[in-house]
Amino acid sequence: MEWTVCSIRDRIASGKLKSREAVERFFARIEKIEPQVGAFLTLLKETALEQARKVDEKTASGQPLGPLAGVPVAVKDNLCTTFGPTTCASRMLEHFTSPYNAHVIEKLLAADAVIVGKTNMDEFAMGSSTENSGLKKTCNPWDLSRVPGGSSGGSAAAVAARMCAAALGSDTGGSIRQPAGFCGVVGLKPTYGRVSRYGLVAYGSSLDQIGPIAQTVEDAAVLLNVIAGHDPRDSTCVSEQTAPVPDYTAGLEMPLEGLRIAVVESFLEGIQTEVRQAIEEALRLYQKLGARLVPIQMPHFEYAISAYYVIATAEASSNLARYDGVHYGYRSPRAGDYIEVYSKSRDEALGAEVKRRIMLGTFALSSGYYDAYYLKALKVRNLIRNDFTRAFEQADCLMMPVSPTTAFRFGEKTADPLQMYLADIYTIAVNLAGVPAISIPCGLDRQNLPIGLQIVTAPFTESMLLQIARMFESQTDWHTRMPVFAAD
Amino acid sequence: MAAKIDPAQVRRVAQLARLELSEEEIAQFSVQLSAIVEYIEKLNELDTEHVEPLAHCLPICNVFREDTVQPSLSNEQALANAPDAGDGYFKVPKILEDNSGA
Repeated sequence: MEWTVCSIRDRIASGKLKSREAVERFFARIEKIEPQVGAFLTLLKETALEQARKVDEKTASGQPLGPLAGVPVAVKDNLCTTFGPTTCASRMLEHFTSPYNAHVIEKLLAADAVIVGKTNMDEFAMGSSTENSGLKKTCNPWDLSRVPGGSSGGSAAAVAARMCAAALGSDTGGSIRQPAGFCGVVGLKPTYGRVSRYGLVAYGSSLDQIGPIAQTVEDAAVLLNVIAGHDPRDSTCVSEQTAPVPDYTAGLEMPLEGLRIAVVESFLEGIQTEVRQAIEEALRLYQKLGARLVPIQMPHFEYAISAYYVIATAEASSNLARYDGVHYGYRSPRAGDYIEVYSKSRDEALGAEVKRRIMLGTFALSSGYYDAYYLKALKVRNLIRNDFTRAFEQADCLMMPVSPTTAFRFGEKTADPLQMYLADIYTIAVNLAGVPAISIPCGLDRQNLPIGLQIVTAPFTESMLLQIARMFESQTDWHTRMPVFAAD
Repeated sequence: MAAKIDPAQVRRVAQLARLELSEEEIAQFSVQLSAIVEYIEKLNELDTEHVEPLAHCLPICNVFREDTVQPSLSNEQALANAPDAGDGYFKVPKILEDNSGA
């Protein structure tokens, strides 16, 4: 039995399945699997059953159903909900309950989705392994001794272990695509501005974007249909006139003729052999389907990590200044004066990586260093964006790995933060350029760990991006592979 | 322009960032941030004299709306998560010294 978003939605709509049954089925799996995976920070069984009850009532009385009617989904814990806490996996917000719902949460609820829980993450979305969570450890369902990736590690692990039908994550430098790759599921980062960030706890505001993590490309398209579109509460969310929202499922099964795929030869050098082989195999499959490879250069790509860690941390240092021990969040009981309320509360409640990034960003913006670091990084960002613009003049999409390796072991990269940053080489430039990208499963290495293929297209061409991804998915069965541990 | 981040620099930045760091953290951040900044200086390989800075990638600029009252949080909601509140206000330790002599 399939438990994808589309399959559940169709069975509920046709009366073959009750939403309540679907919710109970996923919670039965959660009870069995979650103690070892640790994907969730909060489980919301009561509100989920209540949401399911409403869907079942609608079905029984023949009322129209939303596009996600009765489908159990999970959301990353940096998305504000009025039900359950919104912690960002930080001790700073451990007891914070949002007075409002994020735009995407409103959209999910309006689509009649059922929210089963809030997922673990690197604290404030800063990290690539979910090891920076201040509250919980999440394991990769494919190998419990390895990380699920990050920062949306809980969402990816929950989908991989089928503890929900799909999930939402957020992606600032790869935080949807990399954990999706490590966990063998589909992860889509939409174009910057496609999805409203209202109610997404801010990390790097010019880079952050919310997107779906799903079992299939079609499920990702269905979720994007629900969350995409204009919202006046996020001034960086583009209007329908600038970029209309199409039906992302339309034409999904139509293979693209004469597809031109940009490839950068050097991207496949110096990476895990099996990752390289899987990407090359995927490219050969596309060629068999009629695609043509276009070798290109992206001369500024290698500067992306440097530019990112200036821009993202500068924005973070500003965004996280709001955690002052006064308005909400943790306050140190040891603070004497008001300065200490600020500085001691932050020292006691923020984790090492968050402090490191606040420090780096504060340094880059500080007097005497602003031009040398921050302004310089913004200029390099322009050069990187131009690399992508030129690539999409010559080709329809760019293909490359998601990560240079498959999922690594706990503790393998925590001692040296720079090594952790460098592993994000293939995902980070995409955020700097604001373009959409998807990670889809394209193989397993010798240790049975998933490998991800990354596809990138021009701004606001998610329809084509999904179509290209579906071309591969329809010819392969990687997306149907499950971690043995989480099998039925 | 190589700015090695020594412990004094870490202390200065920590103060700007309102982070009270332990001596151990200061020592550790000095080493780690120096390595990261050294890596970041790779940016200087590029000549960007004639390149415009790019703050965001959107095809839009100023976004305006009518200056009308919009729904907002009630006083009660806004204070609900405060570590300390009373009489409809956030409460903090005394900021000004009491010099009235009273």
